[in-house]
Amino acid sequence: MGGYGDVKLLRDDGLRLDGRKIDEMRPIEIEAGILPGADGSAWVKHGLNIAVAAVYGPMEAHPRKIQRQDRCVIDVRYNMAPFSTSDRIRPGYNRRSREISKVTAEALESVVICERYPRSKIRVEIEILSAEAGTRCVGITAASVALADAGIPMRDLLVGVASGKVEDIVVLDLDKAEDNYGQADLPVGILPNTGEIAFLQMDGDLSPDEFNLAMEYNFKAAAEIHEIMVDALKRRYEGGEN
Amino acid sequence: MSQGQIGAELRLVTPGMAIGPLSGKRVGSGALAQNEQIIATRLGWVREMNNTVSVDPINAAYMPRSGDLIIATVAEVRNNLWFMDINGPFQGLLPMSLAPWKVEFGAARQHMGVGDSVMARVQEVDECHNVVLTMKGVGLRRINEGAILSVPVNHVERIRGNNNETLLRLREICDCRIMVGDNGKVLVDGSAEGISWARSAIKLAGNSGHKQTFSADLSALEKSAPKRGDA
Repeated sequence: MGGYGDVKLLRDDGLRLDGRKIDEMRPIEIEAGILPGADGSAWVKHGLNIAVAAVYGPMEAHPRKIQRQDRCVIDVRYNMAPFSTSDRIRPGYNRRSREISKVTAEALESVVICERYPRSKIRVEIEILSAEAGTRCVGITAASVALADAGIPMRDLLVGVASGKVEDIVVLDLDKAEDNYGQADLPVGILPNTGEIAFLQMDGDLSPDEFNLAMEYNFKAAAEIHEIMVDALKRRYEGGEN
Repeated sequence: MSQGQIGAELRLVTPGMAIGPLSGKRVGSGALAQNEQIIATRLGWVREMNNTVSVDPINAAYMPRSGDLIIATVAEVRNNLWFMDINGPFQGLLPMSLAPWKVEFGAARQHMGVGDSVMARVQEVDECHNVVLTMKGVGLRRINEGAILSVPVNHVERIRGNNNETLLRLREICDCRIMVGDNGKVLVDGSAEGISWARSAIKLAGNSGHKQTFSADLSALEKSAPKRGDA
């Protein structure tokens, strides 16, 4: 993937088209517990991305054939609302949402202590209300906060974050133009306290040095997002006591 | 059941957060030991008691334990048993031999169908989390009247209070019969006004049972209670 040579993504002063520095994230806001009917829920606004995640369960897994005797099943459904982009998206499952649901479930399985609930199912619904770029990362962050809000035991909070390459320069947190016309995209799911990686995908080419730099940006951003996640969870229950 | 948040220190932790060094302490529920550190696995308040560090979760699924009194709903019926929704990760199993009636094989549906609710006790939970319920015992019965309300499992103790004093107070105020199941289901039976008020009180416990203001909020709500004899 060589990118699109005629699309200029960096300004002459070295900043990006939206005025960010190359290692600067889009603004992010998180709220926990926004859906009264769900066991846990979260709302995440990251740049122009808006995601809502709801968690139901743990509950008896149905149909019984999906039950696992030693652990619970995490059933993730990622969906983009038809109005989430300027081109209307056909409602329902498609190949992309199926793939993202699968990788998200696998990433969450590595942080949730699944052995606690054998034969059960935890249902995670991720709805993208507005999409700019990096919706899978926003979805993972939202799902992680929603799981914590639901009281599901986890080894750590999982943070979704992405870096990429535009005009041969590694940048943090791609926006829509950079995602569409850039040279590479590296979304990762990071456990900030232990520094482990729960999921990693790469689209495009990065040299080993570029990859290391992109991961450095990702870890730095993950630490910042983690603080916002913790703050959102604490804010929900402030005033709590004895 | 856990004794709610009584005795917990005022420290809210999130999953993955380090609570402190292990240094000879034992790790209780809601936490794990990792690299000589105690790490929280749940969102909740840290509690240290008897050299054991645990986290009292703010939200938690009901984990059945032998002897728990619960309010369950029939989810499936077979010829000789009922599968009960116990508001937890696993269904409970009520065999016809542990029902309070003489049930012939194949006649289970004549006694209880899908959607019927009962007061039952957890007879046994094995290591595979198979839950067996019983309806043999004093007060265990099919529920024919009243309203079944829900409250977060970790707030059950707040509704009961020390020595059931909050529960007795609620019963006194709304003049209703209130049974609190360990699985977060509450049966309220009485006049329509009483049930309505109890519903508000239980909703309050669900929303702010973890807050310091809970007792004051409950006292404020008490002023709107129906006067006895109104119904």
